Amino acid sequence: MSEKQLMKGNEAFAEAAIRGGCRLYFGYPITPQNEIPEYMSRELDKVGGAFVQAESELAAVNMAYGGALTGKNVFLSSSSPGIALMQEGFSFMASAEIPMVILNVMRGGPGVGGIQPGQADYRQATRGGGNGDYHIPVYGPASIQETVNIIYDAVTLADRYRNPVIILADGMLGQMMEPIILPEARETVTEEEIRIQKPWALLGHQDKKERTVVKSLRLQPDDLENHNNKMHEKYIEMMEELPQYESYRLEDAEVVFVSFGSMSRIVREAMDHLAEQGIKAGMIRPISLWPFPNKAFDEISPKTKMVISAELSIGQMMDDVKCAVCGRFPVELLYRTGGMVPTPLEVVEKTKALLEVTK
Amino acid sequence: MKTVFEYTRGMLPVTTGYCPGCTHGIAHRILMEVLIERGTLGETIGVAPIGCSILSHNYLNVDMCESAHGRGPAVAAGIRRALPDKTIFTYQGDGDLASIGAGEIVHAAHRGEKFTTIFVNNAIYGMTGGQMAPTTLIGQKSTTGVDGRKKEVSGMPLRMAELLATIDGAVYVERVALDTPAHVRGAKAAMHRAFEIQEKRLGFSFVEVLSTCPTNWGLPPTAALKWLADNMIPYFPLGILRTPGEVK
Amino acid sequence: MAKKGIVKFDIDKCKGCELCVVVCPKHILKIHEHDVNIMGYHPISVSDEEQCIGCANCAVMCPDGVISVYTE
Repeated sequence: MSEKQLMKGNEAFAEAAIRGGCRLYFGYPITPQNEIPEYMSRELDKVGGAFVQAESELAAVNMAYGGALTGKNVFLSSSSPGIALMQEGFSFMASAEIPMVILNVMRGGPGVGGIQPGQADYRQATRGGGNGDYHIPVYGPASIQETVNIIYDAVTLADRYRNPVIILADGMLGQMMEPIILPEARETVTEEEIRIQKPWALLGHQDKKERTVVKSLRLQPDDLENHNNKMHEKYIEMMEELPQYESYRLEDAEVVFVSFGSMSRIVREAMDHLAEQGIKAGMIRPISLWPFPNKAFDEISPKTKMVISAELSIGQMMDDVKCAVCGRFPVELLYRTGGMVPTPLEVVEKTKALLEVTK
Repeated sequence: MKTVFEYTRGMLPVTTGYCPGCTHGIAHRILMEVLIERGTLGETIGVAPIGCSILSHNYLNVDMCESAHGRGPAVAAGIRRALPDKTIFTYQGDGDLASIGAGEIVHAAHRGEKFTTIFVNNAIYGMTGGQMAPTTLIGQKSTTGVDGRKKEVSGMPLRMAELLATIDGAVYVERVALDTPAHVRGAKAAMHRAFEIQEKRLGFSFVEVLSTCPTNWGLPPTAALKWLADNMIPYFPLGILRTPGEVK
Repeated sequence: MAKKGIVKFDIDKCKGCELCVVVCPKHILKIHEHDVNIMGYHPISVSDEEQCIGCANCAVMCPDGVISVYTE
């Protein structure tokens, strides 16, 4: 463990990926994540890695796929419109079962949108923004430290499932500074170790072994269906293993917020204000967004009057919340969007208004 | 008895799914002959495109991957960063390289990527059923241009070798054809030069291979060879467009 | 006198495209009129192997690896 230090979010995320084992990074400038390619361009050379500023996000994601085909760990980052462009690659990598760690430092949308923080890529990430039957585990960390830890762990998680992993940060987490402790750097693996650990990796057959082919095309429908079923078994395993959340003050809560990422920190503060005013509020903070932590909702007290999906998007997460609540409580929406971020007091006022309406 | 010609072990012992007379089979074979002769077959990674030759990984005896449509050069650039010591090639058709992947190939050349691109230009989309390509000739009929390509509507056919030869990072650019045995032998020599450039890490190397598509041209295979010679070569002239001078 | 060549065919790989036929300088290759191979094509055959000079033009043009060429 290293010393506690003050770091800017984006730089800490880049360093976490390097320490996690990623020695390859391919990126394209887009605000608010530019510190990541800038950091990588400075640092990767020093650790025997490589950085390429791609001509587009489309090229970046395909370069990342190329790098990862060799069994090496690759880190990919962008922000909302850039992530939209990368969806072709995400679907392709999921189908070809290529590991990848992807960070989306979200901004407001749709279209070019703005450059202030947002969470409106929730649906794109959790549903799979590309074509076909596939899933990518999605995380929504709430602090720089948590993002760092999740990026670091995502490197081995992606390898284990042979699947991309997406981390949804946002412009606030990327641009702010917080004290953090960086994890120890993992040992890098040699080509010979990769040949043993990852027999699917493309390293040349050396006239010795069977050829290795990485493919996505399956022209025979039965072959494709079998492949999709095989991947689905993997997703079922993820649904059992990966759900992750934190809950706060659920017992006796009159109102329960569901909120992730930056927004959850604002809600957390609003909860204290509400408590001062005699309103008992609790929160479920999903850390994994897909699979969504449905079981957390069993902890909600029967006395709870209302569940509020508090998000920086217009009800994108609320669909999952409703599904998890499953009719047990009324579900309401509290949001700002387009780069607007509410103050804790705004959350308090809106919550009181929602409670008033249902009285 | 002396062997003059035997099928290379660089090709897997299977029958290709290509149509009768399709010159992909020739391009595949000479590419593999070159890698065998250079002793690099076992250390090579190939990138297949989208198009008929996405199936090339079923036939070429090297480690290979598929790439999304047109993105082969980006994929190869990624592989190169991960594997500095291997031989890497992309094999791409004209829809893949000159249309949807025009950006990726230009920037691979621009960065002087140390890999080789084999560009199979048959002036039409094969796999999807004979649609117009950027390289379709004026007047040439296609399923998206049944009266033949018109300059006013679709512009003039794109000369990719000439375009790439204007980029400094593309240190070797040659156009060859597969219409005669002499031209096939010349094409193989060009691929040798391209891989030599790659092995010396001098920059990006590119071989455009004029090829036929008898099925979508609506011609018997032998007539397609003649059509290539009579129509494609005059518009897409053969020869070396760029060389660093270190390669003979 | 030119060297005597020998051509061998892997008949079941032949798709009958005739690319070899048109490049043979001795015009001794022709498609079988009646025989059909495993894929249903009329495959290639040699009409007068005595005239073969072993130039391998046929094999160089064959897209399907059907032809091997030897000299005595």
